[in-house]
Amino acid sequence: MKCEEISNELIAFLDNRVSAGARRGIEEHLTGCAACRTRAEEFRKLSSLLDEVPAIEPSFGFNARLRQRIAAEPARPRFFSFIPQPRLALSMALMAAMTVFIVELPKGNPVAQPATAAVQQEDFNAIKNLGVLENYDVVTKLGALSELVPDQSPVQGSDSQRQGQPASNDDGGA
Amino acid sequence: MARSDVDLMLDVKAGDEASFDLLLHKYRSPLVNFLGRMVHDRATAEDLAQEVFLRVYRARKQYTPSAKFTTWLFRIATNLALNSLRDTRHQRMEVSIDAPPNDEEDAPPRELPAREMRIDEHMIERDRVEFIQRAVASLPEKQRAAVLLHKYEEMDYADIAKVLECSESALKSLLFRAYESLRVQLAPLVITQPVANSASAPAGKGRPS
Repeated sequence: MKCEEISNELIAFLDNRVSAGARRGIEEHLTGCAACRTRAEEFRKLSSLLDEVPAIEPSFGFNARLRQRIAAEPARPRFFSFIPQPRLALSMALMAAMTVFIVELPKGNPVAQPATAAVQQEDFNAIKNLGVLENYDVVTKLGALSELVPDQSPVQGSDSQRQGQPASNDDGGA
Repeated sequence: MARSDVDLMLDVKAGDEASFDLLLHKYRSPLVNFLGRMVHDRATAEDLAQEVFLRVYRARKQYTPSAKFTTWLFRIATNLALNSLRDTRHQRMEVSIDAPPNDEEDAPPRELPAREMRIDEHMIERDRVEFIQRAVASLPEKQRAAVLLHKYEEMDYADIAKVLECSESALKSLLFRAYESLRVQLAPLVITQPVANSASAPAGKGRPS
């Protein structure tokens, strides 16, 4: 055996934790190698030297402090204790999102604008024809219906168009 | 017949607080010692030892006896010590620059010697112990942990390898390098005369190259 080969086994050899075969090989090497023999002997002395370092005893209140820390632990295991927090956060996020949605929806939806204008146009026409419809003669004289303003397409858009439509109808009716 | 550590821990898992107290009583001194020698500060060692027990207590419901209890315990302790050393590395570097070489503030307390000694004997004894402590403290962290578990906890190689999460052959190499480094550092206390005949080390001359 070479010096390098026994170096990693030397501690185990001194601990009597090597096989009988390995022990014989190491002993044979030590017989012939003064350097390794000296190292082995100094390792033994080193072990005795480390025994001189005194032990540290835990302080008087060690157990009491530990018991305090254990008592301060949450009742439920930590893994489960934080689960309500994401739920709460999720609920709050959903509430915030819904609030933003509700506040922003009328302004932000471009399709809603013409639909509202069409409804307004219908209402306007209904009010405009109200006088005709309330006329009792319309029941007996269907000719009164000719006074009705022709129905307008609900998708026609702007205010200027809406203002222009009755004029053209008037023209047509004349 | 005394219950094994695993049995005690299974009892703790079942809600037996007295078994936890038995484990605490059995392992608090070894843990404080190990951690004190790892971090070289008594207060930190006690805090870390408490943290080890706290983690064991927290994990009691999930405990399965898949490894030796001591292996599990010292793996937690080693990881905590290494994390603590990493976290305070910058601080310790500042202290080591500013502190006088014989500053004892960080040194673990020592037990009183068994017999009365003269003041000069005390000083020699104190310097000698401090010299040894400083040599151990100067080892790289993993080598230090390996030496402490091997020398003071008397753990076998397989268990130390599990604690340090390395192979047994890597551990043997680590231990050899650690003891070799200590042998060089503590040469004034270790080297005497060339070795005479002994049971396993026959007579011869020379120093290791």
